Amino acid sequence: MNSLIELEKKINSELTTKVKNSQIRHNQLYVEIEKEDLIDVTLFLKTNKDTKFRQLIDITVVDYPEHNQRFKLVYLFLSHEFNQRMILTYSVNENEIINSLTSIFPAANWMEREVFDMYGVNFKDHPDLRRILTDYGFEGHPLRKDFPLTGHSEVRYSEDKKKVVNEPIKLEQNYRNFDYESPWEGTKYIKELANNDDKKN
Amino acid sequence: MTKKIKNLNLNFGPQHPAAHGVLRLILELDGEVVEKADPHIGLLHRGTEKLIENKTYMQAVPYFDRLDYVAPMNQEHAFALAVEKILNIEVPARAQYIRVIFCEIGRILSHILNVTTQALDVGALTPSLWGFEERETLMTFYERASGSRLHANYFRAGGVHQDLPAGLEDDIEKFCNSFPKIINDLENLLTDNRIFKQRNVDIGIVSKEDALDYSFTGVMIRGSGVSWDLRKSQPYDCYDQLDFKIPVGKNGDCYDRYLCRIEEMKESVSIIKQCLQKIEKGPIKSLDGKITPPPKKDLKQSMEALIHHFKLFTEGYRVPEDEIYTAVEAPKGEFGVYLISDGSSKPYKCKIRAPGFSHLQSMDYLIKGHMLADVPAVLGSLDIVFGEVDR
Repeated sequence: MNSLIELEKKINSELTTKVKNSQIRHNQLYVEIEKEDLIDVTLFLKTNKDTKFRQLIDITVVDYPEHNQRFKLVYLFLSHEFNQRMILTYSVNENEIINSLTSIFPAANWMEREVFDMYGVNFKDHPDLRRILTDYGFEGHPLRKDFPLTGHSEVRYSEDKKKVVNEPIKLEQNYRNFDYESPWEGTKYIKELANNDDKKN
Repeated sequence: MTKKIKNLNLNFGPQHPAAHGVLRLILELDGEVVEKADPHIGLLHRGTEKLIENKTYMQAVPYFDRLDYVAPMNQEHAFALAVEKILNIEVPARAQYIRVIFCEIGRILSHILNVTTQALDVGALTPSLWGFEERETLMTFYERASGSRLHANYFRAGGVHQDLPAGLEDDIEKFCNSFPKIINDLENLLTDNRIFKQRNVDIGIVSKEDALDYSFTGVMIRGSGVSWDLRKSQPYDCYDQLDFKIPVGKNGDCYDRYLCRIEEMKESVSIIKQCLQKIEKGPIKSLDGKITPPPKKDLKQSMEALIHHFKLFTEGYRVPEDEIYTAVEAPKGEFGVYLISDGSSKPYKCKIRAPGFSHLQSMDYLIKGHMLADVPAVLGSLDIVFGEVDR
């Protein structure tokens, strides 16, 4: 497909029921789907001669604790043939299990492990779902919004026990998150006056 | 009588000079042949993404230096471009040239390190001694522009932090004239060297298809014959006004990747030269006072500048609600930033796409069936830096 607009049309017409929402921004195509359709949609994107998204660039999650469906999964695709980028998303609840893309893209292996490690999202049919970036024996999922920035435990070498020990974290001072944003956004009536003046002219 | 022989498990690293940092590689060996490689990463994990979520956009920049610490400014570039696209601001021409010059310097820095340490891994000591002298010169350029040799913190959304000091452009030009000779010297030592070729030719071959499936980017995919470079295909800043070629390999082995890196260094020198010719005097950052801080001399004179300065360094600038992925061609491959802003002065989410992460995960596929001694050669040609793999 030569342009993103054609690509959007193509995807919408081929995958009619599966696409929930699509839009073009910043020269990228954003497509929202349902969780169940992930494998079908990815296979279509990878193999169809008009899309050819042959590379899976990254998989990540966005955590919205206040939303009904907490996690938004994000898949970034790249097509060399048509020089296009696409962002595929869908939302899931906290304890849902998701289909793994490892059978379609072997590169998804570590990306999904990272998602599992950082957000605690589980994948079905993943060959080797272990933690990847955090320490051996780590607990919790650090990139969740409710995980504190300072973490829960700290590591030090204990001279008495002659080994490295894990202890609950003790801080002399709590992490301070200053709220610099002033509530004062400029007085409303002046903005309104200015707007009215513009309209008159 | 038959005897059962158990495969040997070998721990490679995390304290091993050829592991290029803190990689723990668990190898399953059948005699001297590698059956399986399981990289354990994360020993340098610092939680960069979490930290960025808790800092303002300007405070987030230094974290990017600490990712791929051999080419810091290339990383900053990706973040700066992402923020600029959301804010929809123009970057002045001079700033674009400065950024491209320093990105190419970063590319040379990274490629020198990689080529020479790869040679070191397979037994050649001299290239690294020669190459590191040049890296030192390049790092003084970093220092003169930004104030520090490694952790530059130089690029900003809307331009760069400060203008180049007097004389730096001439010195970079001088370097560009003398450096090709050093590349030649390195090539004399390595390219036709029998031992170097025996250790690298036909080792770690990646086919075109596999390079795509394993999300390879940068030299890793170009070495396999795919002509793909973001500087050409999705140009950012002033790359579309520059004339350069993209070296492509043929066989996709370690040796071709080495050749690609050597050629890329030559192209980078030519890019820097072109930039130095085209660069003109002018502003070095966006003139929008709501995003870039005012010049220091204005602070004593202008009330508005003082207010801007105070607001920028306490609250920071706000970025409207949006979601974007931007990528740059870093020396190691496609370095991307997936940024979600929520209208406040801190990013809601900032996912960093590091090229080394997807390269390293293919270790098992690359090394299967090779000898134990090939592990450092393959690892060296992957160009791994743990700052970006572990984040």
